[in-house]
Amino acid sequence: MDLILFIITGAIALIGAGAMLISRNAVHSALFLLMNFGAIAVLFLLLQSPFLFTIQLTVYAGAIMVLFLFVVMLLGAEQVENATPDRLAWSRPLAMALGLALLAVAGVVALRTPSAAVPDSAQALGFGEPSQLGKLLFTDYLLPFEITGVILLVAVIGVVVLNQRGRKL
Amino acid sequence: MDLLILVIQCFVITLAVTGGFAYLTLFERRVLARLQNRVGPNRAGPNGFLQPIADAVKLFFKEDIVPSRADKWVYLVAPAMAVIPALIIWAVIPFGCLNINWDYAACFNQSGAGLHNILQIADIDVGVLYLLAITSIGVYGITLAGWASNSKYSMLGSIRSSAQLISYELALGCAVLSVVMTYGTFSTRLIVLQQGGLWGVVPQILGFSLFLVASTAEVVRAPFDLVEAEQELAGGYTTEYGSMKFALFFMAEYIKLIAVSAIAVTFFFGGWRFPGLETLGRGMTELAGPVVGALVMGIVSLAAFLLKVLFFLFLSVWVRASWPRMRYDRLMTFGWKWLLPLGLLNIVYTAVVFVLVPGQAVASVVLCGVGLITMGVAAGLSRSARPAGIVKAARVSGD
Repeated sequence: MDLILFIITGAIALIGAGAMLISRNAVHSALFLLMNFGAIAVLFLLLQSPFLFTIQLTVYAGAIMVLFLFVVMLLGAEQVENATPDRLAWSRPLAMALGLALLAVAGVVALRTPSAAVPDSAQALGFGEPSQLGKLLFTDYLLPFEITGVILLVAVIGVVVLNQRGRKL
Repeated sequence: MDLLILVIQCFVITLAVTGGFAYLTLFERRVLARLQNRVGPNRAGPNGFLQPIADAVKLFFKEDIVPSRADKWVYLVAPAMAVIPALIIWAVIPFGCLNINWDYAACFNQSGAGLHNILQIADIDVGVLYLLAITSIGVYGITLAGWASNSKYSMLGSIRSSAQLISYELALGCAVLSVVMTYGTFSTRLIVLQQGGLWGVVPQILGFSLFLVASTAEVVRAPFDLVEAEQELAGGYTTEYGSMKFALFFMAEYIKLIAVSAIAVTFFFGGWRFPGLETLGRGMTELAGPVVGALVMGIVSLAAFLLKVLFFLFLSVWVRASWPRMRYDRLMTFGWKWLLPLGLLNIVYTAVVFVLVPGQAVASVVLCGVGLITMGVAAGLSRSARPAGIVKAARVSGD
């Protein structure tokens, strides 16, 4: 049952990712990416982690993609112009090579990890709990957590400062 | 067996919610009419009881069109994307407690041992987060409908909607977070269970007010219905939709309204609980055996829940009849400069009071007092915060 669900969800995620790259319309791309995010959220659910499932939905599907769509729609930049020559022609082969390299590394890691190191579902049950995650964030990983917070704050302040400068001119 | 029960539950809840939507439209039209000194629809059946059916038949027979310049696929998918979140949000809301292991007492058990409650589909330990996640993807239906229609009115409506929903989601999240902090759990079942003594509205009076406003904005009801603003946008995102596709948007909007009312009841008004429910369950079990006890308990708790939801629905209609639509800049100012800071303050209050004051009941009352004072101060500040120039100009033109 789990395996069948995993195969279906994985296929949907892959189709979404592929269609996102191929699609010529930015809004369609955004929708396929949304499909991909949804499928990945379901994969978290299959890994017995409802917390990560909801976070994936809230943060990626609910906040980031909405902002993407908002900007795309506001700028009216849905269609890719075919007439303009691609100035970043070198980026495509480079991205492909790097992507393949990443895939190879992931494959090597996955094959080398002994199956005993993979926690079974009973062990994993306690992992995704919000209380456990919160405890880890505020004890062992306090410094990275705080640094992330400061980085986000810097971004917010940057937006306000840039906006103020524009107003004075 | 369990799978069969689950499938039946899903069917029943989907049908019940859809039926609830149909009669909510009638309820709203009748109450609104009364509030405006009219009679309202009363021709089809006794007291207009068949009006929703007449409306549905009418919508079925309307011509189903796709605008020629519309983005066809997105145009067709958008109504579905509006309805699906409105329906799946019901999965974690407890409507009552009907334990089909026939033991009423398990409903009041903290650990939930021996509990098989068929009036809640999924009791997951992150239920509150699930509610927030589904609310946050509810914006897609509206946004995509506006974009795919390829019409400027629809487009303006959908841009307004995405900005509004993103802004008010923050205040909503803050209000919900303070509830979670009060009860120390993400599970909707446990939140209801802990409201046996004081309802959540006492410690979270400020949180409740914020939730009420933010959730009204989140389901784009009056006075926050700029998204459809008939006078300026000719109906907003639904302008280019007709027939059943329009009906689906209409349905999603009303089902979301019922859902946020149910969530408000669950978080702040004790869910399916009311005083004396436990005594009733015990009494019926002693009188007529455990099966009757559990059944009575289930029916009474469901009725209590529905009555509370009905109160909120009436409140929503009342608000719609009483307040004019907000201006767009005021809407943004209100969301970002008042609701969000108040929500953050409320989180700080909740944390500090529950750590410093011993005892849940005392802390709740203290929190209630602090919340009321804060609301009073905020109301006073918002009155004095108007720019002097505008007041002077208004006075001059008044003379």
